[in-house]
Amino acid sequence: MFAFFLSSGLFLGWSLGANDASNVFGTAVGAKMIKFRTAAIYCSIFIILGAVISGAGASNTLEKLGSINAPGGAFVVAFAAALSVYLMTLARFPVSTSQAIVGAIIGWNFFSGALTDVDSLTKIVLTWILCPVLSALFAIFFYKLIVFIIQSFKIHMFRLDRYTRNGLLLAGIFGSYSLGANNIANVMGVFIPVSPFSDISVFGLFNLSAAQQLFCFGGVAIAVGVLTYSKRVMATVGSGIMDLSPVAALVAVWSHSIVLFLFSSQGLEAFLRSHGLPSIPLVPVSSSQAIVGAVIGMGLLKGGKSINWHIVGGISSGWIITPVIAALISFVSLFFMQNVFMQETYRPVSYQMTKEVALRIDKTGFSSKSLETIMDKKFESAMKMKKALSGQIPLTPKILDIVLSASRINEMEITMDKINSMDSDWISEEHKKAIEKLIGQKFMHKWQFAEALGNSSFTWQFREGDKNFNENLSRKFLYVYGLFEK
Amino acid sequence: MDNILKKEIGIEKEIDDFLNQFSEAGLLFKSGIDIYLSGKKDRFQRTIDEITQMEHKGDALRRSIEEKLYRKTLIPESRGDVLDLLESLDALIDRFKGTLYRFDIECIEIDPKFHDDFKELVRNVVNASEALAQSSRCFFKDISCIANYMHKVSFWETECDKISTMLQKRIFRDTGLRLSQKMQLRDLVRQVDKIADRAEDVSDDLSIFVIKRSL
Repeated sequence: MFAFFLSSGLFLGWSLGANDASNVFGTAVGAKMIKFRTAAIYCSIFIILGAVISGAGASNTLEKLGSINAPGGAFVVAFAAALSVYLMTLARFPVSTSQAIVGAIIGWNFFSGALTDVDSLTKIVLTWILCPVLSALFAIFFYKLIVFIIQSFKIHMFRLDRYTRNGLLLAGIFGSYSLGANNIANVMGVFIPVSPFSDISVFGLFNLSAAQQLFCFGGVAIAVGVLTYSKRVMATVGSGIMDLSPVAALVAVWSHSIVLFLFSSQGLEAFLRSHGLPSIPLVPVSSSQAIVGAVIGMGLLKGGKSINWHIVGGISSGWIITPVIAALISFVSLFFMQNVFMQETYRPVSYQMTKEVALRIDKTGFSSKSLETIMDKKFESAMKMKKALSGQIPLTPKILDIVLSASRINEMEITMDKINSMDSDWISEEHKKAIEKLIGQKFMHKWQFAEALGNSSFTWQFREGDKNFNENLSRKFLYVYGLFEK
Repeated sequence: MDNILKKEIGIEKEIDDFLNQFSEAGLLFKSGIDIYLSGKKDRFQRTIDEITQMEHKGDALRRSIEEKLYRKTLIPESRGDVLDLLESLDALIDRFKGTLYRFDIECIEIDPKFHDDFKELVRNVVNASEALAQSSRCFFKDISCIANYMHKVSFWETECDKISTMLQKRIFRDTGLRLSQKMQLRDLVRQVDKIADRAEDVSDDLSIFVIKRSL
């Protein structure tokens, strides 16, 4: 059944491959600088690599925006995104899968009564504006640099042609990797919380997490889109943007690739953070807008007369229209899926304020005294709890997040048969022994289970400063939560 | 990769060779006219043979470049312009050769009093073609310095027009020549002057190619 639900994500991946590969290699193929076959092969390989190796960064933000907890829901969300991409393409609007998926997730949040994480949403929307602006700035910088180099070194026309070809191929490869890393979250992000996969070890050489396995499927779907359908789009985009010289095209693709990479590189984020610099949010961005941003940047450098402001207007309206349409389609489709096809589109999540929860909240530094009026009351959804809270406390996103994550009910029971069903390659003996100590116990909240595990063994405790270990442990926690949840 | 790089260095060399042929054809043309006017028939015949060989070589180079450009899909965005340029330069070599042949075929008698003007006209025509050769080299190697040469093509062409008009006037005002001689000389002057006109046309085309290629 999961394979069926995944199909809409694969369809979204296919359409992303068919459309967005043209941003990476379209100019080069359209200008006959690179053969389609060469472009398609490199593009496919590096999209898959980017998705599997670096795909996790951007998908975390999407997961925070709305954690879809039923495969049926994930199916509809991906389907709504794919359909709105298709409809917008038909209407000749510049379209972005990132905006479509965000709209579709918000549609799901409304339908399921889950709250949209305002922090993540703000981060995402700001990034959509930042992405073309940054791309334009990069393009201006690189264009000036390249022109300076060409003029200083008096490069022969044919040598420049060769360098441009190689540059376009390299930029295309880098762009494909970045596209895979950044946009795989759009395709597979919604399936991560409902994925039945568990981490596997590949010949003992490296570990492939559940998300990476999903990303691999998504990457293959994108690659199939590139191989089967992108030729026509590449030719159109190539000739459409080919008012640019090949050198300008190279600058556009290069700037686009860097921007996509910036918004998906966990390594760079960690580096900036460790040096006290403002880090770049890891968010899926639109590759079309990155490339158009770069072209506009170069247009502005030449005085701005050649810029088609109609297209710029279209892109800006796309920021609003695409997510709204996707949210509507998602909401309506979820209704049909649930009431006509009788499929579970979300698992209801309840919230309850108890004394334990109040203690937990107090530990975070926020006083729970003002929450006494809702003590022991049970709420059927985050939205209802938020409504009840709105009169009691000043609701900043941070406070709301603290209260909701502490009071969220996830009933769990530790049983021997479930412990036996655990993947022993992935959960070590020590981890397992710590869980065995808790046999027979029941937990109301995830954090209670996590605390109990931490007390049971230090192997279940997060280590300060050890990011890799903590990330790995987080994934293990997710796995055991899913396993023991009733 | 090395192979491709070598091929490209090959095509760069071929284009350089072709431009050398064009430049040398102009110099040979000038020397041929000087020889003809000094009445050295044997040397003039040798010059005709040389310029014929040069024209053949130019044709071969142009074809080879053309074939490489299309087979390897090199410089797709400027390929058409480059081929236009090479064909125009080749046509100018043809004109140099054709004019020398005309002297040989028609055994034109030029009165010594016109020799200096004739030589002056030819010198300016060759100057125009040389400026065009320099512009073409810049088009391939350093587009930023092309303006230094292109305006010179126009300058020399205007000079040629002035000399040609003045020379034609002198020819037709000369009472010692028959009308048939005058008309033959006029056609010859026009043919030589036409080379500078064509050079200017090619230079105009080149200025468009430059705009298309400008970064």
